[in-house]
Amino acid sequence: MTTDAPAPASTSPERYVEVQRSDEFAGLRKALRGFVFPMTAAFFLWYALYVILSAYARGFMDTKVVGHINVALVFGLLQFVSTFLIAWYYSRFAGAKIDPTADKIRGELENGDKE
Amino acid sequence: MSAILAAEAGDTTARNITIVLFLVFVAVTLAITVWASRQTKTATDFYAGGRAFSGFQNGMAIGGDYMSAASFLGIAGLIALYGYDGFLYSIGFLVAWLVALLLVAELLRNSGKYTMADVLAFRMRQRPVRTAASVSTVTVSIFYLIAQMVGAGALVALLLGIRPGTTFLGMDADAAKIATIILVGALMIVYVTVGGMKGTTYVQIVKAFLLMSGAAIMTVLVLAKFNFNLSSLLGAAADQSGKGEAFLEPGLRYGVEVAGNAKQTFYNKMDLLSLGIALVLGTAGLPHILIRFYTVPTARAARKSVLWAIGIIGTFYLFTLALGFGAAALVGGEAIRAQDAAGNTAAPQLAEALGIDFLGGDTGGAVMLAVIAAVAFATILAVVAGLTLASSSSIAHDFYANVIKKGQTSEGQEVKVARIAAFAIGAVSIVLALFAQKLNVAFLVALAFAVAASGNLPAILYSLFWKRFNTSGAVWAIYGGLLAAVVLVFFSPVVSGAPTSMFKNSDWQWFPLSNPGIISIPFGFLCGWIGTLLSKESDEQKYAELEVRSLTGAGAH
Repeated sequence: MTTDAPAPASTSPERYVEVQRSDEFAGLRKALRGFVFPMTAAFFLWYALYVILSAYARGFMDTKVVGHINVALVFGLLQFVSTFLIAWYYSRFAGAKIDPTADKIRGELENGDKE
Repeated sequence: MSAILAAEAGDTTARNITIVLFLVFVAVTLAITVWASRQTKTATDFYAGGRAFSGFQNGMAIGGDYMSAASFLGIAGLIALYGYDGFLYSIGFLVAWLVALLLVAELLRNSGKYTMADVLAFRMRQRPVRTAASVSTVTVSIFYLIAQMVGAGALVALLLGIRPGTTFLGMDADAAKIATIILVGALMIVYVTVGGMKGTTYVQIVKAFLLMSGAAIMTVLVLAKFNFNLSSLLGAAADQSGKGEAFLEPGLRYGVEVAGNAKQTFYNKMDLLSLGIALVLGTAGLPHILIRFYTVPTARAARKSVLWAIGIIGTFYLFTLALGFGAAALVGGEAIRAQDAAGNTAAPQLAEALGIDFLGGDTGGAVMLAVIAAVAFATILAVVAGLTLASSSSIAHDFYANVIKKGQTSEGQEVKVARIAAFAIGAVSIVLALFAQKLNVAFLVALAFAVAASGNLPAILYSLFWKRFNTSGAVWAIYGGLLAAVVLVFFSPVVSGAPTSMFKNSDWQWFPLSNPGIISIPFGFLCGWIGTLLSKESDEQKYAELEVRSLTGAGAH
């Protein structure tokens, strides 16, 4: 490897296995996967619902809401709103629940190596 | 009609201003590139801009990398001609960013170094996986590049007002197209070989700023025209379109219902679903997007850059809604089709109409047209630079350094190869674009997304989240997804057997959908799974290292 950052070499493979098997790391993985997997499923289904309705439920999508604004447009705009909200909610979640634990484990790994 | 008459009168003015503005953009970006080249000393500088960009800067650059001519001119044109269905495209392009945010960006930043393959090959045998990743990266990038360069050639002829029979600087329309393709290719080679990732990033930031400003101004003017009443804008667009309320409803372009032909209707609707899936899953597998996450110092900064990108890109697609319906209402489908059947000139034509209205007559129209035309060129240049950089990085770092030289090469040598590769990719794209310029290649962007979603995404997700995944699985996923997407499209009506085909006089079509995603994406995931099970290889220790590093950032480059 033509590497310019020597950091990874300093931690032994056994240390990574040890950390991976620790309860603390298991908790971090569980917290992250417990958020991102259901959230991915949710936004994907929500988006798929939108595409499927656009293809097969034209009567519903064509319903007027107000003036020339119909359900299809509102539904489309709601995809924007949900995308913005999920992005914001994820950043809040990650800042509170992921970053502190990740930093702690990383610190232990990197300090542990110096000793 | 007044817009068309004014267009003739304002042609020369608009043309001259466009050229001046374009030259200013080129001069500024070249100056930045030369400056960036002085700051580029190490491989990390060349590939990853020294990892020194902030979340906001990278968010802007991602916007600049992602919002291509297909996004700006293409979607505005689709909405202007087909109404609501153009909006479907923007929604897919935006929602896709959640895949990148939730599943890919941070983990990739933590565990990779310069390319997508760094993560894929982390716990695998280097040579087969990096070769596959390199093949896929170059394929996706070349498809995308040809679409952008052919688009640039067609646009310049239209925007500079060169129609058959007229000339510009002594060139007729055909010569001007060829000159544009070569010019765009030459500029992207210079940006990448001289400026590396730093230069390319600044070009993308400047472009994102120009594009957002241009689109914002036009949006405000369109809305002002309709007293900031969205409903009356839509009503006017529907009236002008001659299609009435159907213009505001899904179904004019995608998933078209063909009366009396249930089979074709079924295929059309499957095609819509197929397109939707490829759009939403493709983004997080596009190599030129993935390498942008390496330009920031930490995973947290990568997260911030995606958040900014979502904000910027989402806002931009809301603008295109106003631009598309605005063009339908104020320019009209007939006038747009007269310029370009695909609608790619809708946004510039709208700019001209708005300029005539708000800036006082023909001169105002010419100025607005010129500004937006120059923004369109900047848009194309920034995207092609990003694509060239992604493919040359992969050729140098994955193929040359790790496959041919098996990791035994110097940093300087690797960067030198990357520069040569950028030159070669640029030259090849120029030649291919020149051959393809008379063909209908609009489908290539959707194909690039389909390949990224079918081959790259399964490999990335399995790598990051599936312990059992191995070399065989990665190779199967990438080649399986890539081949499925390309083969299906090759036998689809976009390539042959239909009046709008790339080769309309031949017919070897048997796959009925224009978009392969609905078959090729599950197929790619399936290949990855089967390939994995066929091999006993498993490196638990390396997976432990990948998992710990990707989640915590320990030992990150």
